[in-house]
Amino acid sequence: MPETIVNDANAQHEFDGEPLESYTNGASVQQVPTRNGFGEGLIEAGNRNKNVLAICADLAESTRMEGFKKAHPDQYLEIGVAEQMLVAMAGGLAAAGKVPWIASYAMFNPGRSWEQVRTIMALNDTNVKIAGAHAGVSVGPDGATHQAIEDIAIMRVIPHMTVVVPCDSVQTKKATIALSEYIGPVYLRFGREKSPVITKESLPFEIGKAQIFREGTDVAIVACGILVYNALIAAEELAKEDGIQCRVVNNHTIKPMDEAAIVAAATDCGAVVTVEEHQKHAGMGSRVAEILAQHKPVPIEFIGVEDRFGQSGDPYELIEYYGMGSASIKEAARKAYARKT
Amino acid sequence: MVELTPQRVTELKERANLVRQGIIRSLLAAGSGHSAGPLDMADVFTALYGQIMRHDPQNPEWPDRDRLLLSCGHITPVRYSAMAYFGYFPVEELLTLRKFGTRLQGHPERVTLPSVETTSGPLGEGLAQGTGMALAAKLDKKDWRVYVVTSDAEHQCGLHWEATMTAAKFNLDNLICIIDRNFIQIDGSTEDVMPLEPLADKYRSFNWNVFECDGNDIVAFIETVEKAKATKGKPSVIIANTVPGKGVSYMEGDYTWHGKPPNKEQADIALKELEAERERILAHA
Repeated sequence: MPETIVNDANAQHEFDGEPLESYTNGASVQQVPTRNGFGEGLIEAGNRNKNVLAICADLAESTRMEGFKKAHPDQYLEIGVAEQMLVAMAGGLAAAGKVPWIASYAMFNPGRSWEQVRTIMALNDTNVKIAGAHAGVSVGPDGATHQAIEDIAIMRVIPHMTVVVPCDSVQTKKATIALSEYIGPVYLRFGREKSPVITKESLPFEIGKAQIFREGTDVAIVACGILVYNALIAAEELAKEDGIQCRVVNNHTIKPMDEAAIVAAATDCGAVVTVEEHQKHAGMGSRVAEILAQHKPVPIEFIGVEDRFGQSGDPYELIEYYGMGSASIKEAARKAYARKT
Repeated sequence: MVELTPQRVTELKERANLVRQGIIRSLLAAGSGHSAGPLDMADVFTALYGQIMRHDPQNPEWPDRDRLLLSCGHITPVRYSAMAYFGYFPVEELLTLRKFGTRLQGHPERVTLPSVETTSGPLGEGLAQGTGMALAAKLDKKDWRVYVVTSDAEHQCGLHWEATMTAAKFNLDNLICIIDRNFIQIDGSTEDVMPLEPLADKYRSFNWNVFECDGNDIVAFIETVEKAKATKGKPSVIIANTVPGKGVSYMEGDYTWHGKPPNKEQADIALKELEAERERILAHA
């Protein structure tokens, strides 16, 4: 039996109960920003290991490092608006035995600091952890300059890098703790806006192990980040409207990706839809396509941003506008299903 | 620390000469690489490994060792040569420089050769990492020091100044930045490409202790480092004025030797000149 979150009456109710067509009327689900999970996980990681440091580039409150700063003032460092410095200094600290978490907006780190990430973290193999906050168009009103939708691409291409995109705040907390204990360079991506809590405290998190959140054999929807919720909504609606049963896979680890789970999903379902809040180019879905092209070619449809930049707007308005709402996912699943013959 | 007797000075001078010969030989074998910078920093590296630093070639990962970072990774032939002549690996291994399978990568890599402390090549990143290491020593209340060798041209990189600001903020008096002030870079004079002067004033305005010395005078450099070590509460920078290509007559002061190796004939001349100089050093002892 694959692990699943649909393992008690409440969880079942969240997906089978009131019709939830999009985030905007998903009021019955608890809404917590994934960044809060990072903040909580970081404090816990600091409790467990005094070598865990938090270093911030003038964004302590919005990256949620603020709590760590209060809980562990001796393990907190502030270096101002200097993202290249953030990575390079953390590399030095890690080389001397520390476990530094560095946080900024994903657009600035790793966006601005990519070469330092490649050289000082990955090629140099240092135990530095990047927290990329404010990822995706759901940053909202700040606009395109602050909406990282290329970060998965630039991080997954780097050898030795681990890339994790948890689906909700609870999982982000667990991922933060797990990644603190893992030795090696890491990129953890999360968002700004409140998003549905869809996992329970009891659900285990393991780096590199995808999770099946809904069973089905008609189409596999492979999703990451806060859009896993949209994928679940789409799956429930497709079952009701079309009788199409979708498997929903929470593909939280982009690198190293759980190839077995991806191939199994394609084998069992015969068609795949990938869902991510990122450019379609070179993101999570592209990695899924690389795996399936080699091991199990099946029809694939991609949900993500179509080679464009974001813009200002309400977070969920933008999710819809850029084609990442549940309606778009349903459409993609129908298309993938139709292509199966 | 070994006392700096006249005999010790002679030993160090001879060692610097051998380091230069190792640079020429490894560059000739590699057929590519940089000449001018490595040659002009042979005295500094000899002083660091021979007199200044707390380190043990037999135990390169000794936790309490002083850390030496080479920020300008392209002059790594001088570091490799100094490491070989101070016992980190056999001198013959220098001939593997830049060849397939070597530990002596074209630009140094920590994963293949841990005693280089970090991977470098992309400029302007060493002081930032050294700042992190020096900070770790402070956090752990350790007394080891961090030395970061930088080129002058990499002071054109923004990250270097982010590091300068940060090191001052954290009062890292266990951090010493050494500048190979040879005034050359690939495209010409630093002052033509992108002026750095007044360099000392820049550091002073960033709240650093500033020292200047002849980087090709081993004794002067060692004495300057001692002064830097004695100052408390601030990081120190030593502007080591060097002659690019030092020790090889036809390279000295010629920026075109920044990024190329000698050919066989040129290497023979260089080695002959250096050997003659070595005999003079020993004769004057």
